[in-house]
Amino acid sequence: MTPKISARDVSVFYGAKQAIDHVSIDVDQDNVLAFIGPSGCGKSTFLRTLNRMNDTVASARVSGEILLDGEDIYASGMDVVQLRARVGMVFQKPNPFPKSIYENVAYGPRIHGLATARADLDALVEQSLRRAGLWDEVKDRLTDSGTALSGGQQQRLCIARAIAVDPEVILMDEPCSALDPIATAKIEELIHELKGRYAIVIVTHNMQQAARVSQQTAFFHLGQLVEFGRTGDIFTNPREERTRDYITGRYG
Amino acid sequence: MTEPRQPTDWTAAEVHRRTRRRYAAERRFRLTGLAAVWLSAGFLAFLLASMLWQGTSGFRETRIALPIDVAQANLAVTPAQVKGRGADLALAGAGLEAAVDRAATRAYGSNGAALLSDGAWLAVRDAIKRDPTLLDRRATLAVPVASAIDVAAKHDGNPDAEAQVARLQARGVLSTGWSRGFLTTADATDPTRVGIWGALKGSLLTMAVTIGLAFPIGVLAALYLEEYAPRNRWTDLIEVSINNLAAVPSIIFGLLGLAVFLGTFHLPRSAPLVGGLTLALMTMPVIVIAGRNAIKAVPPSVRDAALAVGASPVQVVFDHVLPLALPGILTGTIIGMARALGETAPLLMIGMRAFIAAPPSRLTDPATVLPVQIFLWSDEVDRGFVEKTSAAIIVLLVVLLAMNGLAIYFRNRFETRW
Amino acid sequence: MSNLAIVFVVFGLALIGWLAARMRAATFRKPGVARFTALPVHYGYFVGICALVPPLIFLAVWSLTAPALVTDAVIATPAAAALPPPGFERASILSEARALAAGRSHGAFHDLSATLAPAYAAAQARYDGIATAVALLLACVCGALAFTRVRPAFAARTQVERVVMLLLLAASLIAILTTVGIVASLLYESARFFGIVPIGDFLFGTHWSPQVISPSDPGASLGAVPLFWGTFFIGAVIAMAVAIPFGLMSAIYLTQYAHPATRRWMKPVLEMLAGVPTVVYGYFAALTVAPAVRQLGVALGIANASSESALAAGAVMGIMIIPFVSSMADDSIAAVPASMRDGSLAMGATQSETIRRVILPAALPGVVGGILLAVSRAIGETMIVVMAASGVATLTANPFASTTTVTKQIVDLLTGEAEFDSAKTLAAFALGLTLFVITLALNIVALTVVKRYREAYD
Repeated sequence: MTPKISARDVSVFYGAKQAIDHVSIDVDQDNVLAFIGPSGCGKSTFLRTLNRMNDTVASARVSGEILLDGEDIYASGMDVVQLRARVGMVFQKPNPFPKSIYENVAYGPRIHGLATARADLDALVEQSLRRAGLWDEVKDRLTDSGTALSGGQQQRLCIARAIAVDPEVILMDEPCSALDPIATAKIEELIHELKGRYAIVIVTHNMQQAARVSQQTAFFHLGQLVEFGRTGDIFTNPREERTRDYITGRYG
Repeated sequence: MTEPRQPTDWTAAEVHRRTRRRYAAERRFRLTGLAAVWLSAGFLAFLLASMLWQGTSGFRETRIALPIDVAQANLAVTPAQVKGRGADLALAGAGLEAAVDRAATRAYGSNGAALLSDGAWLAVRDAIKRDPTLLDRRATLAVPVASAIDVAAKHDGNPDAEAQVARLQARGVLSTGWSRGFLTTADATDPTRVGIWGALKGSLLTMAVTIGLAFPIGVLAALYLEEYAPRNRWTDLIEVSINNLAAVPSIIFGLLGLAVFLGTFHLPRSAPLVGGLTLALMTMPVIVIAGRNAIKAVPPSVRDAALAVGASPVQVVFDHVLPLALPGILTGTIIGMARALGETAPLLMIGMRAFIAAPPSRLTDPATVLPVQIFLWSDEVDRGFVEKTSAAIIVLLVVLLAMNGLAIYFRNRFETRW
Repeated sequence: MSNLAIVFVVFGLALIGWLAARMRAATFRKPGVARFTALPVHYGYFVGICALVPPLIFLAVWSLTAPALVTDAVIATPAAAALPPPGFERASILSEARALAAGRSHGAFHDLSATLAPAYAAAQARYDGIATAVALLLACVCGALAFTRVRPAFAARTQVERVVMLLLLAASLIAILTTVGIVASLLYESARFFGIVPIGDFLFGTHWSPQVISPSDPGASLGAVPLFWGTFFIGAVIAMAVAIPFGLMSAIYLTQYAHPATRRWMKPVLEMLAGVPTVVYGYFAALTVAPAVRQLGVALGIANASSESALAAGAVMGIMIIPFVSSMADDSIAAVPASMRDGSLAMGATQSETIRRVILPAALPGVVGGILLAVSRAIGETMIVVMAASGVATLTANPFASTTTVTKQIVDLLTGEAEFDSAKTLAAFALGLTLFVITLALNIVALTVVKRYREAYD
């Protein structure tokens, strides 16, 4: 099976500082892939190269190639806007727009012209909120501000917003780090349900979470990809000493 | 070997004295600070109070009862003519002014006409327009008095006028009332006839040009610098320019307007168009700086969120950042406009100090603005202008107060704290 | 058609293009094709912009050149042979004829104007016709060309956004243009001035009386030293003698002693002092303060106490500057780390000792920077000195005597019926240049000081 995203020899520099050092990795279509590693190891940086969110940092420079369905996303002809619609992202801190819940979800479809008739848009918003497991909680107050929701609900709203533009890949950058355990459980449950429909890459510093939600795990350290394999193997039988030290809590 | 130090005796009288002295110094320092605050506020209060004190009488006028028999005056005018449009022209042409002077002479002796304001016949004219039956009956109308009499009636005038006022008051023919003309007419040579509407309209036209240029340009420049500008020498140059322009003395902008708009482009002198252009250049940096601060305050997470669903950089800014920053930008704009409205010096440079007796109706008509009108009146010798100047200042301060109130309202109503 | 009408029609055409392109792009939408590079509305804007911008540029250029073309055409007519040679009369006849032709006036002072008016009207009509035709043609052609590019594969959004970015860039370049305009116009006029008056005479001469300029030696009466001194004396000495103690002590009291509630309403009250227009201060200074100062001077036995004294103008200017000094001092004091203050208080220092020995020395660079900014504001202030200071330049350090300033002289020199090119008016630009350079230098120094200070505690 050909991978959904295939990164080859990717290095990222911030000015003169190298943040990612020759990383090659494949993201499969129906798996959840977890990036783990100590803070500052570059896992979030690498995640952000996958939909070119690093472009917003002026000093960032990327070398190597990243192929989405065999197409180089850093090629000059690539439309970044379309790329980000295909590769969506959920951030560490929930960041709903300061608009109504409905407008939060409808914004993406509107700018991409995915639904023209009001009824289509309504249906799309409902579908997205349902898939994000938020519909029953908010269906009576779609006009309330998105920022008025609780933290966990806000994060699910952000997931609904990402789903609404019908992406192929969803990147999640420590999506639960700002949430309480109950909200975290709901998000993890959601990830399970979304698996298969979307390729999912999740960055987490919580190894239990990686073990619970992912099928594959990649361990990053100091900008390098130390080990990459099936989640079960990584956690029970790591090949590298550095991985073992991290997993057993020697550093982190 | 030094001797081991003795422990300080904190109960010694010397220590107590010293502590008392230190506390006294503390109290003195604190009182000095309090005095500075109160004196500063006192200056403001004194300034405002003295303007109010001198200015309120400027909104009022002294009137004298004038018995007039229009029918006997044989005006060449028919009741039909004083209705509708051509009325002013018809009455002026019919010799009403002379008729009013004759009536004054009849009522108050040979120098009776000198008691009346130059604008007295206008009051009679307006009365006839309101009530055409006056054309064929006798009536007693209250008309404005001459400036010297007005001053003497309100404050201390010259002895001559004071004596006349005393005589007239004994006859019970003087009365006072709100001056209708002050808020509706333009500049004049006679202080009893002046009004600020001309200057106010000039200010409005000038401000319209200023806001029409400075607001869009300022907001777009702020968006560019804060959201898109690459870090390079050009951007640095733009930033340095804007920060310096905000600190350049306003009179320099007047010199620029004189040399460029009048000297090079030959735009009309004294026009609200040129005044507005000059003030726009002065106000734009203020709006850019306020706009950048407001844009900076929009959290980056909003931009990330929009980018991540595939919004283009232009969509991110115009769909999300600008609407969120708008209240802050508007607050800054209103404050910049208030400054421009009170500005005098640059407008003197481009000739907006002319005597303008008709309110401007187009952007290229000669005009003056409120602060310049204040400046012009303050230079007048006639004592009647003192209260008019202060009254115009009251109007200016009320407009500025309203604008600042609006800015505060915007800030409190729409500001989001992140 | 008048220019305004053409602009309206062009806007109408652009609107039609916008609608047409939108409708056409809407038909690209096929079920199953999920993603587009642009929305129909982007195609609409693309065609609209293409139909709008070229005619508007043409009209802008045309409105600058057309009057000259029309006048040339009129002069070429036989009736114009009777025109006097180029000069004021000829220009006034032509402008009268233009006003007659446009229907802006009904009577003419010159008879010739009336005969030329029909020629004017004809030429105007012909050129207006050309302008209308070209503008409408441009709108239609450019709009149609743009419309042919409306295809699914065409990235309309990218094109439209490029225009938006250009607009943003152009807006920010206005700031540079303004700066360049100021520097260029001041330099150009000053260069002409220094062509008449030696720069040394201007900068170092001690005699200033522009009312009588001797044609043989204009520099003798245009020595600006008394103005520089007067400006410094009023703005940097007297005004600061009022503003610094009041501003600084107010800031200290409000930040260190006052109850937060008091501070909340007292600070805006003080800031209102800065919001009062300068013309009001000028009037206040001239009408109320100046006579009082003169009486004080006479009471103190100063014989030449003037009613246009430096003290009156400077003191009122100082009052105006109080909130400026106080808010700069406020910022600097707030930037001093609380740990410094706590350290001092913990040793048993009283609050005033802490303020004087610890907080103020630590905040000093920021305060000094703020004072420099205030000085720059004061010496550029115009209306107060125009209304309350004297027009006579004297070199004196007596605050009760009359003194003049650079800004007052700029206003005086440019008022009245002087020729634009005379040494007198050009001197105003030389003074303006000096003022610009000095305030700029003060601002740069002050901002550098403040910035260093901020960095020290960050």
